[in-house]
Amino acid sequence: MELDVVQLQRMQFALTIMFHYLFPPLTIGLGVLMVVFEGTYLKTKKPIYEIAARFWTKLFAVSFAVGVASGIVMEFQFGTGWADYSRFVGDVFGSALAAEGIFAFFLESGFLAVLVFGWDRVGPKMHFFSTLMVSLGSIFSSVWIIVANSWQQTPAGHHIINGRAEVVDFWAVVFNHSTIARLTHVWIGAMILGAFFVLSICAWYALKRKHMTFVKTCVPIALVFAFVASLLAPIQGHYQAHNVYENQPAKLAAFEGLYTTPKEGEGAALSLFGIVNEDENKIEAEIAIPGLLSFLIHQDFSKTEGIRGLDQYDEVDRPPVAIPYYTYHTMVGLGMVFILVTSLGMFFLWRGKLYDKRWFLWVLVLAVIGPYIANQAGWVAAEVGRQPFIVYPNDANYTADNGTVTAEAGWTETTTEDGTPRLTPNERTSLRTQDAASKSVREEEAIFSLIIFIIMYFILFPVWLFVLNDKIQRGPESEEEVAAAKKARDERKGTGFAATAVAGADKAKAQSMTQAKQDKPAGGSDQPAADATDDNDDVKEDV
Amino acid sequence: MEFASLLIASAESAQGIAAVDWNFLQLLWFVLLGVLLIGYTILDGFDFGVGILHPFVGKTDYERRITINSIGPLWDGNEVWLITFGGALFAAFPEVYATVFSAFYVPFMLLLLALILRAVSLEFRSKFEAGSWRGLWDYLFFGSSALAAILFGAAVGNAIMGLPLEAAGEPVASGRVSLDILREMTMLDKLAYQLSWYPLLCAVFTVTIFGMHGSIYLYLKTEGELQERCKRWVWRWFFAFAAMYVVVTIATLIAHPHVTGALTEFPFLWIIPALNALAVANIPRAMYKGRPAYAFISSCATIAALVFLFGMALFPNLVINTEGVNMTIANTASSDHTLTIMAIIAAVGMPFVLAYTGAVYWTFRGKVELGKFSY
Repeated sequence: MELDVVQLQRMQFALTIMFHYLFPPLTIGLGVLMVVFEGTYLKTKKPIYEIAARFWTKLFAVSFAVGVASGIVMEFQFGTGWADYSRFVGDVFGSALAAEGIFAFFLESGFLAVLVFGWDRVGPKMHFFSTLMVSLGSIFSSVWIIVANSWQQTPAGHHIINGRAEVVDFWAVVFNHSTIARLTHVWIGAMILGAFFVLSICAWYALKRKHMTFVKTCVPIALVFAFVASLLAPIQGHYQAHNVYENQPAKLAAFEGLYTTPKEGEGAALSLFGIVNEDENKIEAEIAIPGLLSFLIHQDFSKTEGIRGLDQYDEVDRPPVAIPYYTYHTMVGLGMVFILVTSLGMFFLWRGKLYDKRWFLWVLVLAVIGPYIANQAGWVAAEVGRQPFIVYPNDANYTADNGTVTAEAGWTETTTEDGTPRLTPNERTSLRTQDAASKSVREEEAIFSLIIFIIMYFILFPVWLFVLNDKIQRGPESEEEVAAAKKARDERKGTGFAATAVAGADKAKAQSMTQAKQDKPAGGSDQPAADATDDNDDVKEDV
Repeated sequence: MEFASLLIASAESAQGIAAVDWNFLQLLWFVLLGVLLIGYTILDGFDFGVGILHPFVGKTDYERRITINSIGPLWDGNEVWLITFGGALFAAFPEVYATVFSAFYVPFMLLLLALILRAVSLEFRSKFEAGSWRGLWDYLFFGSSALAAILFGAAVGNAIMGLPLEAAGEPVASGRVSLDILREMTMLDKLAYQLSWYPLLCAVFTVTIFGMHGSIYLYLKTEGELQERCKRWVWRWFFAFAAMYVVVTIATLIAHPHVTGALTEFPFLWIIPALNALAVANIPRAMYKGRPAYAFISSCATIAALVFLFGMALFPNLVINTEGVNMTIANTASSDHTLTIMAIIAAVGMPFVLAYTGAVYWTFRGKVELGKFSY
């Protein structure tokens, strides 16, 4: 019965986090591009960059809203579904989460209002500043959540006391062994997604021969971003995999399908493709390059030091292989596809043929699905590869109830009778997923919530696509529309209210103008008639 | 019978404040959580109120757009106060976060459902003009706002009422609690307990608070006929609120007398209920005199005072255990080291938060205008 609750909670967590993660990488990547577009507009004053910034902001806002809504679930779920995990990590994990709230969420959501609703409220500089802050906020929040997640993977800076992990050295928690590697990896993934998103929509317009000025403005910038990020991905990915090798060799074994420890002198092969047979502990129909894994880790085709097969772990201490193996290989394979696609794109752009290659434009339209899958797959590999632990075994001081302190190692290596090494995890410094779920939550409650989320997300997802599609079909505003909106904004300086108001607003306009006059002696906080640049200065002072 | 045993249990669980050995950092975080809760209740309170009023005050699509856009740019930032409250509770009192969130599993899931539906109905309503599309989101917006208000109220009621955490006599060692009793209760048993008469009474009270707060806010943000309609709602909600205030106060004092513990210990804190009464009285006065801004400030002060009193009713406990030793700020807190780190984070971060929250409210001050980028 308890096992069932844990499985249900795992399914629910997987569902909610994977749904949530459709949005943050997009907003991180697209946010940076929006800063580039709007910054270029401020510098060059070319209207097309403003049109671009206004268009992408709309798509950004829709995705951001769903991201926030699904993100609230994530924060509460640690407590609702994973109470014993929360008890164990609260002292460490909580500070990161609180920092995320204070530094990142307020920044994002506060300035998002100005970003989305402020085009006709604040001046261009203030608006650019808001875009910058929203982008920065979304990057900040990735920092803190990766800190927390990396701590689970490679705990550091803590000791175990009172049956839980408590912080000893905050900066060692923040910069634990895998934070930097994983953070940069996440950012690159987000940049690729953001850039491919822009490319996909622009390619669609190019196929329809619509909004060509807009397309020709956005595509080169997005393509360069996508190209550079795609090239960085394997370079950084190598560094990242090396980090996994150092800290979580069992996870690397799962990624590579290494059931048996490679023999010294023969080298470890790099598995390219295979079918995992978890019953018989082997990879079938495998295509592998001999010695390449050894070379990637040790720059030596035959050296196998520290490369461990899953046979060095007891069955209960091993991660599952099929899911990490397939997802990891999917991610790496897609990474290669991104390089191919963006290189071709750069070539066609250089030859000036990009917008005539209809087949390639179709490739770009569809290619956006790739980064979505790669981002999700990478995370699945990372999280499932950490199993069966929720907090990975780690070296830490352990204080017993009677006050004696012992320095404990995360893993103990012994040699079995047949001479093979055997690694045993430290159960005192780690926490198994099996033991981490809420004890007071019953099966029927877990089923109830899982059904709620399945229904909700199955409704939300199509609605999001539907609205996104509608905005894409409408396309960017024309130069005249933007000019009209700006003219209306400037007119407000003189006439008071609602010059930009839509249908039915004329009546309201008349009313509001009289209202404004009446309100004037009261101190004028009700009159947005103030000069837009004044607004700008006021707000800056506040910041 | 059940009621009587509850009454006795809650009276017994009112343990002396002096018996709890708390330190300054734990008190600081108790207070800061209170501040976050006050901020959240005031800010998202009017959002919920607007949501509850939405189908009633807005007769045309134009008017409904006005009501939605009165909170349009602000609701998202307001909700962050809740997220930060959750994060801070997790960080400062992980034991409480874990126990409460898992004990109230189903109500929390419903709350999440309500918050998500509210967010998406705001976001998606405006995307198409068809009446059926907008009508659907209108009712989802109303329903989810009302459900959230009810659940928040019920949460307060439950906090006062307490949870059956473990058999009497078993000490809470470093905050660890046994959850055997909760584990034995089925989903429906728990719901029946958590949504019993007292939490429901608190829920109704909360709906009236948010309704009043939201209608004053809308009055400030609207004009003409719509504003006149809001005004009528201000009065209706105010009388409902005042009546419920009396009922809830009496019910609390009878059923859960432990709430006055802190007031007995620190008599100078009687100033808070006194100021609260003044603030409540000032709402009709200001509305009558045509100074809605003062009414709104009074309504904010009322909410702040009520949250403060709620904190006082609990202090120094965070979870009242109807069966044994309570979970207090001392036996559930994170280490002093972590509380210090968080205090530094808060000290660095909060001035920025207040500054740009102020900046955003300043940018969107004044009456609602519908523009190209409105919902």
